[in-house]
Amino acid sequence: MTSTVSASVPRPRARGSSLGKLLADDKLATIALFLPPALLLYTLFVILPIGEAGFYSAFSWNGFGSPTNWVGLDNYRYVFENRAFGLALRNNVLIIVVSLLIQLPLALALAIALSERFRGAVALRMLFFLPYVLAEIATGLIFSFVYDGNYGLLASIWRLFGAEAPHLLASPQTSMLAILIVIVWKYFGFHMMLYIAALQGIDRSLIEAARIDGASRFELLRYVVIPLLSPTIRLSVFFSVVGSLQLFDLIMPLTRGGPADSSNTIVSFLYNFGVMRMRVGFGSAVGVILFCICVTFAFTYKRWMMRDD
Amino acid sequence: MRLLRFPLLAVAALSMTVGTAMAQTTVRWLHIEANPAQVKIWEEIARAFEAKNPGVKVEMQFLENEAYKAKLPTILQSKDRPHIIYSWAGGVLKTQVEAGVLQDIGPQLKGYSDQLAPAALAAFTIDGKIYGVPMVLSEVGFFYNKELMAKAGVDGTTIKTWDDLLAATKKLKAAGMTPIAVGGADKWPLHFYWTYLAMRAGGKPAFDAAMRGESGGFAGETFVKAGELFKQLVDLQPFQTGFLGFKNQPAVGYFGDGKAAMTLALNNVYLLQRVLAADKAGLSDDKIGWFAFPTVAGGKGDASDTLGGITGWLVTKGAPKEAAEFLKFFVSLDVQKRLAAGNFLVPVVAGAETAFTNPFMGSIAQNLARSKYHQNFLDQTLGPSVGRVVNDATAEIAGGSMTPKDAAKAIQDAWKQGN
Repeated sequence: MTSTVSASVPRPRARGSSLGKLLADDKLATIALFLPPALLLYTLFVILPIGEAGFYSAFSWNGFGSPTNWVGLDNYRYVFENRAFGLALRNNVLIIVVSLLIQLPLALALAIALSERFRGAVALRMLFFLPYVLAEIATGLIFSFVYDGNYGLLASIWRLFGAEAPHLLASPQTSMLAILIVIVWKYFGFHMMLYIAALQGIDRSLIEAARIDGASRFELLRYVVIPLLSPTIRLSVFFSVVGSLQLFDLIMPLTRGGPADSSNTIVSFLYNFGVMRMRVGFGSAVGVILFCICVTFAFTYKRWMMRDD
Repeated sequence: MRLLRFPLLAVAALSMTVGTAMAQTTVRWLHIEANPAQVKIWEEIARAFEAKNPGVKVEMQFLENEAYKAKLPTILQSKDRPHIIYSWAGGVLKTQVEAGVLQDIGPQLKGYSDQLAPAALAAFTIDGKIYGVPMVLSEVGFFYNKELMAKAGVDGTTIKTWDDLLAATKKLKAAGMTPIAVGGADKWPLHFYWTYLAMRAGGKPAFDAAMRGESGGFAGETFVKAGELFKQLVDLQPFQTGFLGFKNQPAVGYFGDGKAAMTLALNNVYLLQRVLAADKAGLSDDKIGWFAFPTVAGGKGDASDTLGGITGWLVTKGAPKEAAEFLKFFVSLDVQKRLAAGNFLVPVVAGAETAFTNPFMGSIAQNLARSKYHQNFLDQTLGPSVGRVVNDATAEIAGGSMTPKDAAKAIQDAWKQGN
């Protein structure tokens, strides 16, 4: 899954002239020295497993011995016929939408507020960034206690108002909502930090010039700050989408994809239906589908949104 | 594939730290026992075996139940696989045998295996070859909290039919109690209901026919009926609030805390509810009752048929001969007596049942001895893939997101799809 990120790194165009230049310089020695380790690791841990997954996905195989039962594209048909896979896909889309419409604007607003110098700004930045530092599994466990309908923090707050607490994680209608809240809470700090870093890189004189020209606070943001931030915003959207597609470790401690498969993501679906059921062929098919989604997204996005960066 | 590769690395790393002390034969033993009191006894037995056999070291490794099931295929194909692994027999064992990762220890068991309960040994025998040693028999049935039941005016000993159970549930609900605790998030505690109902409705012939694909297979009448009967119970909302978010252990603790009147569980919950209760005491002997799963009107199954497990240990390919020797020592009359005396298990070695200090465990042993049809857990019998679908489908009936008919069809579809 790191493959998509790495694959999106622009490759140098191999033109005859530049190759000649390379040979002329001493760069060839550098390449010969530094390329093989990276290439070897990349091949061993990215290219090969992808190829393996593609190969296994054509077999009905339980993971023991070597695959022999060729089934062609049956596994892919089973995946698309699976109701839980549809739900997982829906959840992934939901996560992306919430990330883009709630998490990123929230992060941007906080970044703009906290990039100004005032007492406690740095402390607040740290505070908002902390959830991101926390391990995913730990976060999941903490929130599974918070959400617990009997003993949890949420339940005690509910009881203050004299109401019976809902079991958010135990109902197919609310489990995904509960997870989305955790996702926003956990990752907004990361995007906020990206924006703060970018904001600090903006040339002060541009802002001053806009002020002298009589721009209001809103106009300053709308016409100067946000356009200057746009490369960072595009990058953070990219991280956000790819991160959403790969989401797994928050789901497991919270709901394991349940109840009734209502909170699976594609990756947790792969784990629950491929690994746990010893259906390696089926799981590989899911992996290949996820890979295709990621690669398509990464390349299209690079091509259309980030070509100037 | 990276998902599979990681545990492999972890196992490799683990065994490297172990490898340094290999001046002698080491038997690596992987178990999933969560009760510390029982593990302590096991450790003592392992030390005793080491004392008797100089140069042999028995090393215990632990994995949590679900994690164990997930990692096992990878672990078994590693060079550093453990020599002794835990098993529920059934379809999963068959898969492992077909993969050739297990060792036939039949020759080593000559003269020893006669003392084991024949049905238990048969579960670990495939095509005449013995791949392991059974250790524990278990039965699923209803535990109840005598105090809560009495408060609601229900007598647990009189619950004989499914309608009795429904009536009792209504009474408990009316008295403002939670009738039943269940670990719905783990799903398999819910599959007990569906399986038992199908057993009571159709008996052994129904299961045999379904496995052969006859009379509609698992989408047939018996299995739809099991779902419908289960739905009758579900419609009364008998489970604790948020039961689909409860894993098994918290649910057992919930029952141990006296917050629910009943729970359908394995007999070892008799002790487990004490360990898992908030006060570490749970329900004492005089407060906990037991009744067998109720019968179904017009059902073909016998009331004495039992659902439960036959669990034990398998020896993996390439294990030193000391592994089987250790199992013979571990599942011996003395040790089984000792574990029976602690009420940890229903023994498989003939004669060990005399050691029970508790009438409850004695009655379970009697039930099992009397049972003509002992069904192993379906999620093991049907293999890892279809078994999980059974769990899913029953959890969906319980959550109201699937009709009994669709649930039965989903299971049949998975059965046809195979692996």
